[in-house]
Amino acid sequence: MLEASNLDCRRGRRTLFRDLSFSLRRGELLRIAGANGSGKTSLLKILCGLLTPDAGEVRWRGEPIRQLREDFSRNLAYLGHAPAVKDDLTAAENLAFASKLAGAAAVPEFVQAALARYGIPADVPVRKLSQGQRRRAALARLPLSESVPLWLLDEPFAALDAHAARLTEALIAGHVARGHAVVFTTHQEADIGAAVLRVIELG
Amino acid sequence: MIEAARAIVRRDLLLALRRPSDVGTALLFFVIVASLFPLGIGAEPNLLRAVAPGVIWVAALLASMLCLSRLFAADHADGTLEQMLLGAAPLGMIVAAKVLAHWLVAGLPLVAIAPLIALQYDLPPALYGTLALSLLLGTPVLSLVGAIGAALTLGLRGGGVLLALLVLPLYVPVLIFGAGSVDMASAGLSPLGQLQLLGALLVVAAAFAPWAIAAALRISTE
Repeated sequence: MLEASNLDCRRGRRTLFRDLSFSLRRGELLRIAGANGSGKTSLLKILCGLLTPDAGEVRWRGEPIRQLREDFSRNLAYLGHAPAVKDDLTAAENLAFASKLAGAAAVPEFVQAALARYGIPADVPVRKLSQGQRRRAALARLPLSESVPLWLLDEPFAALDAHAARLTEALIAGHVARGHAVVFTTHQEADIGAAVLRVIELG
Repeated sequence: MIEAARAIVRRDLLLALRRPSDVGTALLFFVIVASLFPLGIGAEPNLLRAVAPGVIWVAALLASMLCLSRLFAADHADGTLEQMLLGAAPLGMIVAAKVLAHWLVAGLPLVAIAPLIALQYDLPPALYGTLALSLLLGTPVLSLVGAIGAALTLGLRGGGVLLALLVLPLYVPVLIFGAGSVDMASAGLSPLGQLQLLGALLVVAAAFAPWAIAAALRISTE
């Protein structure tokens, strides 16, 4: 479904990677590994179209994502470094807004259920939550995005406790088992029991 | 698509409601700047009446610029902007919704309070309608054009000053037609021509600015 061909990425005068090609099929899990500053986030941003590669292109079902724009982004759920939650809104309001922005209906029961799975109080302003809880409030989008064919997750396990990390691993494994694809970055080993795990090591 | 735009307007209004100080700043700034002039110039009614349209319009211009730099900055800082760029709706639509919410919070209150300001300048009540109407047509243009500047200067250090330098020259036509319409009315002529030109500016800005803002956002987030 997702195809990257001959990607180059430079940051300033430093070349992060050159001539990187790979493809991702249904039901595949791709882990982008590498040290800090090796270009994991840049690669992920190139894959979702937030960043333009210095050379090469990314194709979705055969068509370049630069031409598809929102026709492509409808098919993906991207969780970046920043949690994308507003401090003044409650976790439920944040989640409902995020799913409406992604083009899905925000059914209140599903939103509540997703937050409950991650153990986040729904009606407390995010300002009052801890850093780890904020991260979990952002990850609560995953249970709501089960029909989205491609997940792109930047460091999904950062700042999570063991329970939340296992839940996230289970969600990723479940998504792959449904025949969808997941790309995630991490600098540590993650144990996801998926049929196909591929690793790109940067740096 | 419409659903996403509605969600953005709703969310931004809700955020403004939970942070009323942000809304109050622009309005208070407008009131204070416009009130400084009668104090500085002196209470000569004819002089005040003559400068009123220009002064009120310049104050509105500056007030609407005041919160521009925050338009995309907060969403940029917490990552929401990335989600908007990757949303299901076209980016032009999303930024149009953001600008609409910004205008409702920062522009519309100026329109509502303008007659009160006009009172200080001894403007005849017959002109209040023209003044409010010119602001009603003009302030959305200010928000739309200003948002292009806000998108271009997003994430730059010292972006606030650059934003002013970039955007204020573009505000000139709005100022000329806006203040001009009130001047015409106070001279006893029909302000219709000026107001129609303002309306035309609004239509053109509403049609093209969202796409320019979207393009600028894509450039400055890379």
